Amino acid sequence: MVRVFVRAMAILGLSAAAASAQTLTIASSAPVTSMDPHYHTLTPNLSAHGHIFDRLIDQDATGHMIPNLALSWTLRDPTTWELKLRDAKFHDGTPFTAEDVAYTLARVPKVKNSPASFQIYTRAVVATEILDSHTILLKTASPYPLLPQDLLQVFMISHKLGAEPSTEDFNSGKNAIGTGPFRFVSYQPGNKIEMVRNDAYWGPKPYWARVDYRVISNDAGRTASLLAGDVGIIEFVPPADLAKLRTDPRVVVSEVVSNRSIYLWLDHSHDATMPEITGPNGEVLPKNPLKDLRVRQALSLAINRAGIVERVMEGAAIPTKQYLPPGNSNHVDDLLPDPFQADRAKALLAEAGYPNGFRITLHGPNDRYVNDAKIVQAVAQMWQRIGVQTTVDTMPWSSYATRAGKQEFAAFLLGWGVNSGEGTNPLRAQIATWNPERGLGTANRGRYSNPAVDALIDQAMTAMDRGERDKIVLRAMKMAMEDVPVIMLHLQKNIWATRKGLTFAARTDEETRATGVIEVKP
Amino acid sequence: MFTWILRRMFQASFVLLAMTVIVFVGVHVIGNPVDILISPEADQAERAKIIAEMGLDQPLWRQYAYFLNGALHGDLGRSFVFNEPALKLIGGRMPATLELAVTAVLMSMCFGIPLGLYAGLKPNGFLGRVIMTGSILGFSLPSFWVGLMLIMVFAVQLGWLPSTGRGETAMLFGVRWSFLTWDGLRHMAMPALNLSLFNISLVLRLTRAGVRENLTMDYVKFARAKGLSPARVIFVHILKNIMIPVTTVLGLELGSTIAFAVVTESVFAWPGMGKLIIDSINVLDRPVIVAYLMMIVLMFITINLVVDILYTMLDPRVRLETKA
Amino acid sequence: MSAISAEETPFRRFVSEFAASKLALFGLFVFVLIALAAIFANWIGPQNPYDLAQLDIMDGRLPPGSKSAAGYTYLLGTDDQGRDMFSGMLFGLRISLAVGVGSALFAACVGTTLGLLAAFFGRRTDAVIMRIVDLQLSFPAILVALMILAVLGKSVMNVVLALVIVEWAGYARNVRAIAMVERKREYIEAATCLALPWRRIMFRHLLPNCLPPLIVIATQQVARAIALEATLSFLGLGVPITEPSLGLLIANGYQYMLSGKYWISFYPGIALLITIVSINLVGDHLRDVLNPRLKR
Repeated sequence: MVRVFVRAMAILGLSAAAASAQTLTIASSAPVTSMDPHYHTLTPNLSAHGHIFDRLIDQDATGHMIPNLALSWTLRDPTTWELKLRDAKFHDGTPFTAEDVAYTLARVPKVKNSPASFQIYTRAVVATEILDSHTILLKTASPYPLLPQDLLQVFMISHKLGAEPSTEDFNSGKNAIGTGPFRFVSYQPGNKIEMVRNDAYWGPKPYWARVDYRVISNDAGRTASLLAGDVGIIEFVPPADLAKLRTDPRVVVSEVVSNRSIYLWLDHSHDATMPEITGPNGEVLPKNPLKDLRVRQALSLAINRAGIVERVMEGAAIPTKQYLPPGNSNHVDDLLPDPFQADRAKALLAEAGYPNGFRITLHGPNDRYVNDAKIVQAVAQMWQRIGVQTTVDTMPWSSYATRAGKQEFAAFLLGWGVNSGEGTNPLRAQIATWNPERGLGTANRGRYSNPAVDALIDQAMTAMDRGERDKIVLRAMKMAMEDVPVIMLHLQKNIWATRKGLTFAARTDEETRATGVIEVKP
Repeated sequence: MFTWILRRMFQASFVLLAMTVIVFVGVHVIGNPVDILISPEADQAERAKIIAEMGLDQPLWRQYAYFLNGALHGDLGRSFVFNEPALKLIGGRMPATLELAVTAVLMSMCFGIPLGLYAGLKPNGFLGRVIMTGSILGFSLPSFWVGLMLIMVFAVQLGWLPSTGRGETAMLFGVRWSFLTWDGLRHMAMPALNLSLFNISLVLRLTRAGVRENLTMDYVKFARAKGLSPARVIFVHILKNIMIPVTTVLGLELGSTIAFAVVTESVFAWPGMGKLIIDSINVLDRPVIVAYLMMIVLMFITINLVVDILYTMLDPRVRLETKA
Repeated sequence: MSAISAEETPFRRFVSEFAASKLALFGLFVFVLIALAAIFANWIGPQNPYDLAQLDIMDGRLPPGSKSAAGYTYLLGTDDQGRDMFSGMLFGLRISLAVGVGSALFAACVGTTLGLLAAFFGRRTDAVIMRIVDLQLSFPAILVALMILAVLGKSVMNVVLALVIVEWAGYARNVRAIAMVERKREYIEAATCLALPWRRIMFRHLLPNCLPPLIVIATQQVARAIALEATLSFLGLGVPITEPSLGLLIANGYQYMLSGKYWISFYPGIALLITIVSINLVGDHLRDVLNPRLKR
């Protein structure tokens, strides 16, 4: 009995050793909630699913759209897109065809109990028409230029799964059949996903024979396991460890400025004052000071963004006044981060009728964004210096999210990641006047409203020509941001660290992909 | 005895009921899970659909009634986040936590009782004092801090043990266990030690206090006078008496060790239910919170029952209450 | 076997017995020193670390001995917000002590009373109290704290309240276990035969004999409460971040442990350790002095 056990152990140990030569262990920062690629619009899920499933259109590391399962996407008429498909095979050997595209698009809105449905990316498509096995037409109700961007988020599954494939069958692996570079082996929720190379992959042969996709949500734990050599790559390198890791010979750091901005919402919804803002002695103010542009400008000018980036973020961010980073076609080049001018801020406050400032509570989450609670404290310091008496209140995201959505806060920190990498996304969701029926301003928690910007956004939404649309977006963005609807602070950097001998091309979309991890021979 | 157990069961069901009410109201007060889970780009129709699917459009009392109805049929609801039955989800994570907690409690006995015996027999010796002072560290250092230090020393600096995760698992009774493989045991060593530090100190101090107290008692004097060997007096007579408070506390601590494994599991990325519950609290995944707490409450009640029964066996002076 | 309650021991004898241990006296001395430092933090600390206007993030994460822009020397360095660690620790100590001692004492009163009641009266009283204890013990501290802090908002008082709610049940459970044994002893039976009022039996006779183990638990609970408050801070549920306790300072510094900026977490950790060791030195000896059974 004992001998059998020992032999079994030896075999286990041997196979583990043999596998490790070509095994990549990834340490991700957040749990993957499902193996169903249409269940939950969550970056950790997208990141993991991308190994097993393919999209029609993908992005490269810098955020530019590239063909994936669709070789081309062209506009036939303003409401019809034609997609040419690639020859590819699912992991079970069946070929990928137009039928699978139609099936997938029809399945997305039918996923049961989805807490955050992918329907928002497929709702524009009202009908599909299969021309031949590798050509499909997608029809929209009205001209919709952003369909390719929406398709970036939708993974293709096989129509062989039948009517209403269940999420549980994806989790068990039965339905986890894609066309991607890796095949599903096991999914242990909150722990890891094991995958092996798909030798029949249509693209370049994946380097890694096995991928262990582990979850280590504790920041220090992630860094420690990289230093101990237990994992090959970690994502979301905590800024506190950045300086050390950059100089550590055992580690290679790769980074890129992301599409995730961190900013402060200011309340525009209350005309009169609210409990979170009072006069310098606690008295009720006749009107909401945040409705005055000069006050908003003053609050922005009071902030030393370079200081926050250097001291709080430890260089893992760049100051900004807009949602997208330099280099993006929707980045407004002449919209520079507000300078740090405390004197001008004081003057503006006095001009607006608040020579002695006012009292304000600055709210922030403490478990959501990188160093969120610290940023809030730093801003409070700086506001104190221009005479705005600032109280800081931070809380876990679970109670924060609900309260921030109910306009209970006067000034509060939030972040926004532009997945599609394109400017109408923040304009529609954040800047546009709140109009839930039309799906506009859905994330406009400060209830900012500017009719001139709204008109431009409407125009951009129907401009089918990319160049023309970009021009409108740039105008809208500049007009909006100069009105300071939110006080932009910085754009985070996406940072990965790999073991020495490996490199990773840092991605703007935050996804950690095994195919991007390359072994470099010294 | 039988009616006594029955009565305890009856009381237990009231505890469970009270707990579920508290959780329903509590989670309701903290926030709305939809705000946390939903994509901020979703429109109103989408939002309404999700709220309806989760049953959150109903008044709270009706949601509770649905839950009770389901619970009576063995269904504690589906996780908002994972869309799996809450019980299945917890069941999948439980073995990892159980083996960690049981190992930690065993470790605390293995280290705590001998050290405590020594410190109790030689209270003024140098080593005895060192042990006592050292035990203070066990409950004064925050465990997240100790955990990271352990990783730094044993994984990063010395490279003896793997830093995080659960390692190889082997199947037994259809469940994955780490303690069956060498790799799994290596992965378990640090988190179990981290989790047991507090209990080691506790057991050590209780044992020492017990030894010192019992040494002066008449029965020990009698036993010595009878000419029993010192070893027999210590290991049979004294130890038996010490086991009472130690059993109480350890029984109690097994439960809280499981409930408080959250921090250790987070630092060591140990995929147990402690991590599941903290993640669930963060996104207000009520079905999982309720199911988890129901299980924990049941476990506590069972442990307390067993401890009370053990009392009567270990200490004949305690008699169970029988119906008056 | 004779049981002498602490009440009957002359106070002077107690003092002389306590003073017999140099180690315990030293612990008491250190603790008094720490308590004084905490109480007079405003006058000792060169900076008010709770006044945001006095902090400057450009002075953040400076190593010990660095000069501030204003020319002052940061003895123990600064944290990420540019808070002077020395001042921060003095102020933090005050909050940690208040939280630890306050919650432990309050929880002990509630827990002991209920535990004694349960053991003394048994039956229905026992059942009701012990089932509430079960309920309480099964609630993770984090969930209790999350609920309380979500409903009442973040403040030091609410953290104390949360800790009391978390800790009282442990006392009750232990006190009941001890009292169950004591209740059957001869001196209680004698007191019952004398028809003394139950309050007198419970607090004059039962309680003193339950005290020694209770003091062991209480001294540990002060330490545990301080550590638990640190853990709550680590999980983002502790005291307000602009008024850090010692535990919150450690939790904040935790993320710098791997980066070599040891002082942010190390010095508060040492301060916490010294505090807790001194409490325990006193507590341990107190237990020996108070234990009627260790007297020969």
